[in-house]
Amino acid sequence: MKTEAVRMAFTAALLEAAKNDETIFAVTTDSRGSVTLGDFAKQLPQQFVEIGIAEQNAIGVSAGLANAGLRPFVCGPASFYSLRSAEQIKVDVAYSNMNVKIMAVSGGVSYGALGTSHHATQDIALMRAIPGIEVYLPADGAQMRAMLKYFVKSNKPAYVRMGRGAVPEVYKDEAPFVSGKANCLREGKDIALIACGEMVYHCLQAAELLVEQGVEASVIDMHTLSPIDKDAIIKAAKTGLVITVEEHCIHGGLGSAVASILAEECPTAMCILGLPDEDIYNGASADVFEYYGLNGSGIAKKVLEVLKK
Amino acid sequence: MDAASIAMRANFRRADVITMINKANAGHIGGSLSSLDIISVLYDRVMNIDPKMLKDPNRDRFLLSKGHSVEGYLVVLADKGFFPKEELREFSQAGSHLIGHPNNKVPGIEMCTGALGHGLSIGVGMALAAKRLNRTYRTFVLLGDGELAEGSVWEAAMAGANYRLDNLFAIIDRNGLQISGDTEDVMALENLAEKWTAFGWNVTEVDGHDVQAMMDYFSSRKAENKPHCLICKTIKCKGLPAGENKKEWHHKVPNEQQVKEALEALGVKEVDWL
Repeated sequence: MKTEAVRMAFTAALLEAAKNDETIFAVTTDSRGSVTLGDFAKQLPQQFVEIGIAEQNAIGVSAGLANAGLRPFVCGPASFYSLRSAEQIKVDVAYSNMNVKIMAVSGGVSYGALGTSHHATQDIALMRAIPGIEVYLPADGAQMRAMLKYFVKSNKPAYVRMGRGAVPEVYKDEAPFVSGKANCLREGKDIALIACGEMVYHCLQAAELLVEQGVEASVIDMHTLSPIDKDAIIKAAKTGLVITVEEHCIHGGLGSAVASILAEECPTAMCILGLPDEDIYNGASADVFEYYGLNGSGIAKKVLEVLKK
Repeated sequence: MDAASIAMRANFRRADVITMINKANAGHIGGSLSSLDIISVLYDRVMNIDPKMLKDPNRDRFLLSKGHSVEGYLVVLADKGFFPKEELREFSQAGSHLIGHPNNKVPGIEMCTGALGHGLSIGVGMALAAKRLNRTYRTFVLLGDGELAEGSVWEAAMAGANYRLDNLFAIIDRNGLQISGDTEDVMALENLAEKWTAFGWNVTEVDGHDVQAMMDYFSSRKAENKPHCLICKTIKCKGLPAGENKKEWHHKVPNEQQVKEALEALGVKEVDWL
């Protein structure tokens, strides 16, 4: 199983893109290590901006850079960018329509045992509620590279959440990516699994396990959370049962987005898998996934339980 | 334009602001009137900007970080031809972009501001971009004194000094009052000049209603590897006799009689856009 950290795929691709486009800037908040921007800082110092530990300022500064025609990618931990600087994202970036890409790393529970202070499990809910900013969760490094080709051309603000550790590859070579168009990775008639980020891989694992139980599952990679692919959700509902899986609080994330579309367009039985509304279990992200059933076996087990009802 | 002409125009603009707020039955009159001479000096004399330069990469940038004082800003933009003055009639009306805080859908407004504490960070980004791109434009950010309690202002102050942004001006409308009362009672700011100096800025204090003094300041500024902070001592609600230096007039609306008295005091018969 080949694995790769999405943040490293991002920074390597950003460095290459920035070498050919001097308007591409990387902005960070004492996070060049954790984001893996060290090479960028060394090789392109004129396109690199260190802000120190001040996420609100970093977003405002990036909006100012964008006003001057630059293309800033502001990079740092998702937990701090999505909450501490949420107002700057709303006003300086989205409302002012500045071309700032917020590249949020170590999202979800990827900081593991560092605890809830460092987890970002509300960011999809927050960012989806802000008009004028796109929201993405790449499933693996290949998809991140495909997304970056879009980001360096697009003038729209975006929030992109990545994890920290290496994740198994979902896409073998070139990942198909069209903003706002979900990727159907597997067709099955019995149930549709809709996931984003690292959970896409775990859903594919679950689908394999379900075959042994005679269950055919569709797996949909909802890489764009806003604007979300309504047609893909309606199509998935034809299986009669939709289960969403996300590394996010069960309130306000992928599951809520899918539920609201199903409720309006084609009421369908569904189940939302994610992190519950409680003090989150401590441990490495794999431990947290295991505890809450957010891995292949856990998802498969839940599917069978739901199908029995 | 000389100082006397700018002062005269600022008086006409005060009449515009007072009338506009009366007609709309809404607005932040106190800060709009305290900052009007400052904005007038910038647009009439200091800044390299006009309505034909909206997409010019080398245009000077202005940010009204204390966005609630938008009325004075809109009046100046209209007066300078960024949009027709008659549109001031639409202020705060349903469907208008001329709302209670700057909106960059209005020609001449760079950014949507007014969530306090944001403007100086954006200004740092603009000024840093000019340095990196070898552009000569300057960036002017107008902040309220009450606004300085926002921690993000000081994050930006630190960054401005760190990057030696001598093309950046933080201008403080030091009228001494905020919505709850005297700034020194709500959250003490003094010694304000020492604070900015300690943060690495070149600090100057000036009478924010002395047009000539502000013109002299801007024309004598030299690039010294430090950002510039101009603390403008002002009178809140300057030009409305009923409201001068009274905290209640942070966002009170003048009645017809108060408008009449103010326009008489300003020597303006009536505004030309109603």
